[in-house]
Amino acid sequence: MTRRALAAPTPALIVVLALLAAPVHADSGDLDSLMALLAARRHGRASFIEQQFLTVLRRPVESRGELIYDAPGHLEKRTVDPRAERLTIDGDSVTIERGGHRHVLDLNDHPQLQPFVTGLRATLAGDRAQLERAFKLDFGGELERWNLRLTPLQAPVAKIVRQIEITGARDDLLRVEVLLADGDRSLMTLRPFTPQ
Amino acid sequence: MRRGALPIAVWSTGVALALVIVARTSVRSDLSAFLPVHPTEAQQLLVDQLRDGPASRMILCAIKGGDAGLRARASAAVAERLRNDPQFVTIANGEDLAADRDRRFLFENRYLLSAAVTPRRFSAAGLGEAIQDSIDGLSQTQGLLLKFLFPRDPTGEMQQILNQLERMPGPRTIGGVWVSADGARALIVARTRAAGSDTDGQARAMAAIRAAFERSLPQSQGAALQLQMSGPGVFAVAARRHIEDAAVRLSILSAALIVALLLIVYRSVPAVLLGLLPVASAALAGVAAVSAGFGVVYGITLGFGITLIGEAVDYSIYFFIQSRTTDAMQRWRRTFWPTVRLGMLCSVCGFASLLPAHFPGLAQLGLYSIAGLLTAAAVTRFVLPVVSPRALTVRDLTPLGAALLRGLAAFKYPRAFSVIVLAGSTLLLVLHRGDLWNRDLSALSPVPLADQRLDADLRKDLGAADVRDLVVVRGIDLQAALRGAEQAAAVLDGLVASGILAAYESPTLYLPSLATQESRRAGLPDANTLEENLRSATAELAVRAETLAPFLADVAAARNAAPLLPSDLEGTSLNEGFDTLILCQGDGRWNALLPLHAVARGGSGEIDLAAVRAALAPLASAGVTVIDLKSESNALYASYLTEALRLSSAGFLSLVTLLSVTLRSVARIARVLAPLILAVLCVAALLALAGRQLTILHLIGLLLVVAVGSNYALFFCRRRADAAASPHGGTAAEENLTMASLGVANLGTVIGFGLLAFSQVPVLEALGTTIAPGAFLALLFSALLGAHARA
Repeated sequence: MTRRALAAPTPALIVVLALLAAPVHADSGDLDSLMALLAARRHGRASFIEQQFLTVLRRPVESRGELIYDAPGHLEKRTVDPRAERLTIDGDSVTIERGGHRHVLDLNDHPQLQPFVTGLRATLAGDRAQLERAFKLDFGGELERWNLRLTPLQAPVAKIVRQIEITGARDDLLRVEVLLADGDRSLMTLRPFTPQ
Repeated sequence: MRRGALPIAVWSTGVALALVIVARTSVRSDLSAFLPVHPTEAQQLLVDQLRDGPASRMILCAIKGGDAGLRARASAAVAERLRNDPQFVTIANGEDLAADRDRRFLFENRYLLSAAVTPRRFSAAGLGEAIQDSIDGLSQTQGLLLKFLFPRDPTGEMQQILNQLERMPGPRTIGGVWVSADGARALIVARTRAAGSDTDGQARAMAAIRAAFERSLPQSQGAALQLQMSGPGVFAVAARRHIEDAAVRLSILSAALIVALLLIVYRSVPAVLLGLLPVASAALAGVAAVSAGFGVVYGITLGFGITLIGEAVDYSIYFFIQSRTTDAMQRWRRTFWPTVRLGMLCSVCGFASLLPAHFPGLAQLGLYSIAGLLTAAAVTRFVLPVVSPRALTVRDLTPLGAALLRGLAAFKYPRAFSVIVLAGSTLLLVLHRGDLWNRDLSALSPVPLADQRLDADLRKDLGAADVRDLVVVRGIDLQAALRGAEQAAAVLDGLVASGILAAYESPTLYLPSLATQESRRAGLPDANTLEENLRSATAELAVRAETLAPFLADVAAARNAAPLLPSDLEGTSLNEGFDTLILCQGDGRWNALLPLHAVARGGSGEIDLAAVRAALAPLASAGVTVIDLKSESNALYASYLTEALRLSSAGFLSLVTLLSVTLRSVARIARVLAPLILAVLCVAALLALAGRQLTILHLIGLLLVVAVGSNYALFFCRRRADAAASPHGGTAAEENLTMASLGVANLGTVIGFGLLAFSQVPVLEALGTTIAPGAFLALLFSALLGAHARA
């Protein structure tokens, strides 16, 4: 859990890992068209319900709010219930606002946030190159109902996150499930706001 | 006994004595010349802070240029090198070195440190609320971190402590190190072991930082980077360099220019050398007098010493030019000397008024000038005639004097001209009356404005905005100060809640008083009670009591833990925070400092101090006071200004008294004073017109204008009196010579003070820009009004 253990890999390492990245298993063409579809979308907004299944608790913890995305780099998670929190990611800057406090972090300094931010945001942006730098991709289904499994490539990240599974329909994300290495798991169910 | 042996004997003895005193003199170049001798309590705190307080030991460093990665690597390399240097107590650059240790300390002592620890917190109801809160927290972004602590800390005391400590946002970090808001500078804060007032120690620390910076990266990469430093110690080092620079370089330059002027005028090397005798004697006597009177000489006094060259040289100029032959020398003593003496006494009157100033820099200037002027005049009168060779002849300046007088005659309506100048100046001053005086202590600072701006920028980058308002709690010992701080903090919490304050800091956030620690520990229930309370609290919650077994063990351990003392903070970065907010005074009393932070957004940026004072009033008997350092320091300066104005007025009055006693004629007094008043008003108006606000130093400069100018005015007044008393007394040649000597003397003064106007030390620059034009105008108005009176 210490930050030292999670020290960000050097850029050189990232490049090497990207070169070694396994080829995509599923039909590369379908993934490419999904990425193109997602990349074409400039704005997205959805309400979410997130359930966290933690080993220390006997019942899941549930939170609700809204997820907002603006291409290419802005991602905002507004939690309303049970406690208000606003998490804003802009480029490499992460802002957490809660109970009148405002924390600004640099994404590069907090690698434990990387898998969630990169995984979700790069998917929304349709940025396959970025995804492949950090994850092994497994694509399943078709554009109408697809499923993308992200497995961290880098050892320090893999120590926290085992897998991220994203389910969607065309350019809408419907479900994000994160499996943590310690057995805990979170499930975010999204309901897109219908465009007016 | 040979004629003139006595003056020589007295002079040599005086020089020898002065040399002995000067050799033992210690020169001080810090800012204390501008701090009061007998401060109030609030002023004392300010002085302590400026001189030795924790803030005075801080050197802010910024690395700019290159790219972010390069800057981050340089920052890490500089910090690593400096951390091994015993000159520094701490080096902070945002790297997370102490964080693990800090977190462990906070976590292990959470039941002593958390303000949320009360008996109610550990009742069944209290536990239920606190644990539910923590469960909610697990769903948040920080949940990932918190869930590991949850079984040991289900009530969230660690989070509570982090919230207590994290009120102030720190700087941004990029690449693991602190950077400015725009990301263009990497920031390092070095805290030196040497106090801020230890200028040599600060200079060594700065050299160490620079050396570490230069070795931080290979030459090829490091060349793109630049290092900036700021802070009280850095200012003191720069101020000393500037003052020494001014004292040495400008003195040499000024002396060289005046020697050149005299060479051109006299065309006689012996005359020039002899002419410098009174000047050198005066400077020596001035330093010796200050050293004997104050025990220490401020660098600024030495810098000011240059100005004396300009004035002291006048006496010998009058002597040489006005007494070209032996006959004339006798005559000079009889006719001119009384005027020179009266002029000198007028100057002394002016400077004597500075002696009682509470501002040591000002009092030193007064003593220095008095000793210097008396010496210069005495050496001119008694020593020069004895040591001057009989054959000494200087160039005949009659033509120069005649030319000057012709030039003056070109002014057809001198009185009308004077009235217009008077009216214009007065009007300008009345128009600028609101912002005529600079009421900010920083106006007196020897620190150039550009450096002050860099400092403000770096502080803003660090989020360490200048501490302006603070609550001070005095105690007879550390624990008393901490207990008082806790009482004050309870009141301040209310003010934060009601939006009057954004936040405050307190040493008790890092280390609560023993009394508070004791009461928190006493609030922890015994093992059986806690287990029972926990069981009933968790019955309805999402957590099983068994999961929280480590919590029961930790509370049991905390019940038996020893209380925390300041020494327990050592090795954590909390120590630095604590040290900054606690001051041990010379008398063994302790001060706890609670800096207040204004509501930034939506507020005026100013704290409603009246509300804070009212809220804290009941605690006054517990040693709690509210201090506004900025207005305190401005009040300090305003008191100097008021004092200087009062003293200058007293000096002016004593000058008028002196003139009344000697001249015994209202009309003559008026004729002496009129040109001086005109010159003073005119210079003040010119400064206002140039957008300059007047400081104490400008005021001193104006006093000097009167002191120097009185010589000119008296000469013109005397000429007229002579002419009236004996029509054959003043010859045309003599008049021409007098005019020439005044012109040359004036040029010498203008050169001496004019050079100060180019000084990097703001205070010396203020003197130069006031006196150089003032002296010229005093001569001009004296001549114009004198010429008019003669016509």
